[in-house]
Amino acid sequence: MRKSHIIENIYKYIFTVLAFSCLVFLVGISVILFKEGLPIFREVSFFDFIFGKLWYPTYDPPDFGIFPLIMASIWVTAGALFICVPLGVGSALFIHEAASLRQKSILKPVIEILAGIPSIVYGFFGMVIVAPILQKVFNLPVGLTALTGSVMLGIMATPTVCSIAEDALAYVPRSFREASLALGANRWQTLIKVTMPAAGSGISTAIILGMSRAVGETMTVLMVCGGAAVVPKSFFDPVRPMTATIAAEMGEAVIGSSHYHALFGIGMILFLITLVFNATAEGISRRFRLKLGIGR
Amino acid sequence: MNKIMLKTLTAIFVLGSAFNLFAAESNSITIKGSTTVLPIAQRTAEEFMKKNSSINISVQGGGSSVGITSIIDGTTDIADSSRPIKDKELDKAVSMGVSPKANVVAMDGIAVIVNPSNTINNMTKQQISNIYIGKTSNWSNLGGSSGKIVVISRDNASGTFEGFTEKALDKQRTRPDALSQASNQAVVQTVSSTPGAIGYIGLGYISDKVKSVTVNGVECTKETVLSGEYLLARPLFMYTNGRPKGVVKDYLDFVLSAEGQSLIEKEGYVGLK
Repeated sequence: MRKSHIIENIYKYIFTVLAFSCLVFLVGISVILFKEGLPIFREVSFFDFIFGKLWYPTYDPPDFGIFPLIMASIWVTAGALFICVPLGVGSALFIHEAASLRQKSILKPVIEILAGIPSIVYGFFGMVIVAPILQKVFNLPVGLTALTGSVMLGIMATPTVCSIAEDALAYVPRSFREASLALGANRWQTLIKVTMPAAGSGISTAIILGMSRAVGETMTVLMVCGGAAVVPKSFFDPVRPMTATIAAEMGEAVIGSSHYHALFGIGMILFLITLVFNATAEGISRRFRLKLGIGR
Repeated sequence: MNKIMLKTLTAIFVLGSAFNLFAAESNSITIKGSTTVLPIAQRTAEEFMKKNSSINISVQGGGSSVGITSIIDGTTDIADSSRPIKDKELDKAVSMGVSPKANVVAMDGIAVIVNPSNTINNMTKQQISNIYIGKTSNWSNLGGSSGKIVVISRDNASGTFEGFTEKALDKQRTRPDALSQASNQAVVQTVSSTPGAIGYIGLGYISDKVKSVTVNGVECTKETVLSGEYLLARPLFMYTNGRPKGVVKDYLDFVLSAEGQSLIEKEGYVGLK
């Protein structure tokens, strides 16, 4: 009795430590990010950093304006939403509402595999297959554009959106649907008028997490977006998202130089953006669970 | 309190120097500097360590200036540089009692490439520079068939970018809407699939998928780079403090040997022989 008690306690402590180590990582990353990122504001003002239109970090004198990079990330992410929302939410609705058991048993693993493909493979696919196709179809001077990035990110974010949206639909209590059907509503009416509104905030969470996935994706955008540091005028322009800039330049930036701090500065902004996305998603999903009366 | 701190610091310092001394005796080489020379240093160091397992070489990037600063303040054994040492740096070195010795290890030739469908075969340095700084935007201005020039550059921190900016653009800024690619292979891939594209790559990456144009009438080949006829080329250095001695000499001898030079060519640079 006593011995098992001790062992149980030991396990408890081990797992507590393991669980809290995540917290250590998060705090560690934030501290380093801010410690290395903030010194750039000695070089340029916060305003000039965010809204400056020129990114020439290695020239003399350098320019550290990341507005084109921020806009590129926003455009590409927005474009990705047009693809991953219909695809992701649509598949979630189908899997949850209309699919037979057999279809479900095929679709779910397939979508999970899609989530497991390494991003460099998506990037390669985008560069070699998708970019030339888009270039021909739209008769563009070059195939590596914001649109190509959006298409690839849209496909990549679809599994995230789909699985979280499907969870949200599954959380809607059976009784809601049964009540609706009992009142004479057909399945379509039940879906649109009852299930969807009840799962609405859960689906919003799915979309926001999909966005957060898209905005943070690096390898693919590095390979397919072209990498021109200008504020995009259309989806057919080459762009250079924040993540791609960090990935391309960090390896060769001199440690401790302004360029190095500027790259950390970009990382800091990116971190804040995803933090806002995730906090919003968390807030919405908490409200959603309260609304359905399923606790925290 | 202060005294204790001072003592601790001294102890740490003494201990640190002792370790340094120890490290120097245990056959280790530190190489720092230019990102252009980095692949050469890495590849040759790897091979050299395979052959001499007792020797440990640490290779770091940082840029030519970092390398030269480090050789002056004694924190590196070899400084990689893609440019000769500046007078200012030399003065500082002399005042610190350091005598940097230049060892040329390879040549870097940068080829200008276009899509194979492009009818243009030769460009002047001025034309290339105008395209990259944004003064020329259409192939018709160069006597080609009308079409937008898709300018492809390398990411800001790469050594090839640095070399091209220096040799072709006289350090002027590349137009901001130039596409930047992360590797020589990516530039080749993009130029080969984009009819209106122009790009630049290390000589070793020229392939059938793209067309290398002559610059001021000179083709980019190993011979023209070595003879100095080809404009977009530069020597690559490994600076040492005084004549190389001991393991550093062994390593540099290996770099300059037939085997070392063939490794260098595999990385896309031009060997000296």
